[in-house]
Amino acid sequence: MLDDFFVRALIAGIGVALTAGPLGCFVVWRRMAYFGDTMAHSALLGVALSLFFEVNLLLSVFGIAVVVSLLLLGLQRKQSLSADALLGILSHSALAIGLVLVAFMTWVRIDLIAFLFGDILAVTPADIALIWGGGALVVTALAFLWRPLIASTVSEDLAEAEGMKPAQARLFFMLLMALVIAIAMKIVGIMLITSMLIIPAATARRFSASPEVMAVLASLIGVLAVVGGLFGSLHYDTPSGPSIVVAALLLFILSLLPAAGRKTSGRAGSKGV
Amino acid sequence: MLMSNRVAAQAVRDEQLVSLVNAGVYRDGRWLVRGVDLSIKRGEVVTLIGPNGAGKSTTAKMVTGVLKQDEGSVTRSSHMRIGYVPQKLAIDWTMPLSVRRLMRLTGSLSDADLLDALGATGIRHLVDSEVRHLSGGEFQRALLARAIARKPDLMVLDEPVQGVDFAGESALYDLIRSIRTSTGCGILMISHDLHMVMAGTDTVICLNGHVCCRGTPDTVSQSADYLKLFGNTRSLAVYSHHHDHTHLPDGRVMHGDGSITDHCHPDDGHHHGHDHGHHNDHDRDHPVHDHPGHDHHGHTHHHAATEDRQDNHA
Repeated sequence: MLDDFFVRALIAGIGVALTAGPLGCFVVWRRMAYFGDTMAHSALLGVALSLFFEVNLLLSVFGIAVVVSLLLLGLQRKQSLSADALLGILSHSALAIGLVLVAFMTWVRIDLIAFLFGDILAVTPADIALIWGGGALVVTALAFLWRPLIASTVSEDLAEAEGMKPAQARLFFMLLMALVIAIAMKIVGIMLITSMLIIPAATARRFSASPEVMAVLASLIGVLAVVGGLFGSLHYDTPSGPSIVVAALLLFILSLLPAAGRKTSGRAGSKGV
Repeated sequence: MLMSNRVAAQAVRDEQLVSLVNAGVYRDGRWLVRGVDLSIKRGEVVTLIGPNGAGKSTTAKMVTGVLKQDEGSVTRSSHMRIGYVPQKLAIDWTMPLSVRRLMRLTGSLSDADLLDALGATGIRHLVDSEVRHLSGGEFQRALLARAIARKPDLMVLDEPVQGVDFAGESALYDLIRSIRTSTGCGILMISHDLHMVMAGTDTVICLNGHVCCRGTPDTVSQSADYLKLFGNTRSLAVYSHHHDHTHLPDGRVMHGDGSITDHCHPDDGHHHGHDHGHHNDHDRDHPVHDHPGHDHHGHTHHHAATEDRQDNHA
């Protein structure tokens, strides 16, 4: 079964979607979309460095994402520029430095498009093992960190006062994010990773009555997007990564239709009064 | 036997939950608050009052450990369970959060305890509502219920009744008082309401960038004068007091004698034997506190509660 490239792509994509769902919810709740983008863009720098120093690609991408996010936290603490501007600077310069470095290395031939927009149809059984193994690690860690993370998303002060250690939770969360970016890069590509985090979570919001339900629904919606996108790309002969994102977007638009939203908002309204 | 029980009970009651000695927080080139001496025992209610920017919330955050002091020392009893109602809490609407889920934010809780606490604050019927659909007052009640349900050793309540309607306010203060009595927890409260300060507090600490003055309101709360003044007219019951110095807009400090310094001194404004009935001339642009006297009877009302409220939100 794993001999078929399409089946491999499906399995890999589903693995990424399941992992990205709960993590993506936190990205939405904590308003970290741009932060996720910045970490993702820095992945290209990780790719370039891995080629240059001939180290493991995954390790290099993960490491650079962690360094960039720590750098960002440090700069934010100085409060000399707004978080928004800092993100803009780091995000685009990481991407640009990555592109420049790749151009310098005339001796390596690298398929930039595959890194930027994903190459899901080229996943190997080893990639699948990595995605599912890494994904299981991320989901397990999230389950352990769940209460402190939710509490500090609601209020850092409250979480700190009541012994939830929000700083520690935030650090672990960043590590998990870096890990997801490293394993998802091959599926949807550096430019589109954040969409896999955000769009399914945003779609799930309307149908969720609790953070836990939203996390699970985001995973399932992500799976739908992967399956729909891959079949679409096969049928219309379109690039697979962008096709998955388009499928996710279509689901999001569907969720906005009045009939779909009325159920939850109506119920909440009547109870709220 | 009885004696030793009593001694033991006394020892528990005297247990120091938290104590701050000459504590201060320095941020962005200025002292948010400094020179704070404060301790809270089990069963004790300590209330912080003072004008906006006086360092009340900062002090509360030192007590809870959210902010680390830059000078002085903070000692917390080990394994102390804190229930905290922060002054500001903004939940992103993208997080679906029912009142039931909010109650379990930092710890698990049985359904019975959860409903009891919500019942005590009067919003049991809202248990399955989404938090973002609550009114301001209902949300404060939910936050207070959450802190109570934790069965904390120390409750830190930063303006716990903001946005709560008039009748509800005094009911919640009664509730807070009864929790102290029934559970024996210590309470640190920030309040703008002198009524509460007078009726249920062991120690009042007035802050104005440092401890301005402190004392017990007990004697006052039992006196006929007090009942006459505050019994039925709480709308006018606004604390007011004199400060011997003024914090200028640029962060410097003008003292009573007209001298100007970069920071206030820890020993500024320690009016001796002055435990209540302060006077605060809220001249918004340039408040001048040059009042020397200790006016124990003159609870004059410089502004009504409604105005004070606007102050808080400004």
